[in-house]
Amino acid sequence: MPVITLTINDELVSARSGQSILEACRDHDIQLPTLCYLDGLSARGGCRLCLVDVAGSPRLLPACTTEALENMVVTTHNEKIDRYRRMILELTFAERNHTCAVCVSNENCELQSLAAELGMDHVRYDYLNPELNLDTSHERYGVDHNRCLLCLRCVRVCDEVEGAHTWDVMGRGVESRVITDLNRPWGDSESCTDCGKCVEVCPTGALFDKGSSVAEMKKEASFLRRILDGREKRQWQR
Amino acid sequence: MSEQQKKIRLATVWLGGCSGCHMSFLDLDERLIDLLEQVELVYGPLVDAKEFPQDVDICLVEGAVTNVENLELARTIRNNSKQVISFGDCAVTGNVTSMRNRIPVKDLLTAVYHEAQAPIGAESLKVLPALLKKALPLHQAVKVDIYLPGCPPAPERIATVVTALLNKQPVELQPEMRTFG
Repeated sequence: MPVITLTINDELVSARSGQSILEACRDHDIQLPTLCYLDGLSARGGCRLCLVDVAGSPRLLPACTTEALENMVVTTHNEKIDRYRRMILELTFAERNHTCAVCVSNENCELQSLAAELGMDHVRYDYLNPELNLDTSHERYGVDHNRCLLCLRCVRVCDEVEGAHTWDVMGRGVESRVITDLNRPWGDSESCTDCGKCVEVCPTGALFDKGSSVAEMKKEASFLRRILDGREKRQWQR
Repeated sequence: MSEQQKKIRLATVWLGGCSGCHMSFLDLDERLIDLLEQVELVYGPLVDAKEFPQDVDICLVEGAVTNVENLELARTIRNNSKQVISFGDCAVTGNVTSMRNRIPVKDLLTAVYHEAQAPIGAESLKVLPALLKKALPLHQAVKVDIYLPGCPPAPERIATVVTALLNKQPVELQPEMRTFG
């Protein structure tokens, strides 16, 4: 595969042709915050946290869905980008009811730790406090829309890896919700295989094992790379 | 100037919260002794002052602004204090206190004071301060200088913030010390 050269944060780096800016960054240990991206799933550019500055572009671009190109000049961190990332987190917190203190994923949440990491110490916008429900009709798992940030990892893992496509999205914009089958209770879903991949890849407490209390829900998404390597490269290792 | 006047004037306030942040403040344990050598505690649940005093240097405010009394006190705190600290998640985000925000106030009061089986009934509504439409984080009511998150903030976080303030240094919490929850 041809190799290209680009500049990231004033350093010349090489990348494989066809890689995204995010993949090129990660190969060179350049840290970028992400929420919707997950290694093994298709890139979506939904959460906007991986926004980077690309010289010549009038706007910031999501690193996960922008292809790294020869001679590109990329800046991953500066005062403006950091400020935008904090604003994105603030809007995410304002949009639903993320009450960390009483969440099953307290202390094990990607949203919570990103807020701390990026220095988002308060939310300047009005909280929307939407009325959202909880579906615990499935025998083993529950979905709490109060904690969902619409990263759609559940939708992608269910479709792309499990092949069931139980999850999808209804509504638009702020009214969007993840749904099972055609917005039927999860427990009544005929397509769900009960595999639990969606729960493990969910970055917050939106999907959880039933019976988990505050701070008890710990997730492990590393299974994804393992099974995909087995499937695609015939390399089976733990 | 007497020794007493030179001390930094510290106030703590309990608005719409559970007092857990104050419990965590007490968990400073022996560090409280050192602290009280440097500060005069002029107001709060731990002292007997009835009115929020003038010329407060540092004020730690626990809890969300959830009723008119909280709002009035928050404004007095802001007017009379040099530095206002949102102390704990309820003050910073609204947290558990704001979980009532999606319920109309009238329905909330009916459910709690008219319909629930409780020793305190509807008669108390005449004397209780009116609830705001929504429980607000402190910074949506008054300007806040420093945010100290946590439910409750661990004593180490409180010590870090208070020590920096007493030494007139910028408050910088490390990422692991600024998580919500």
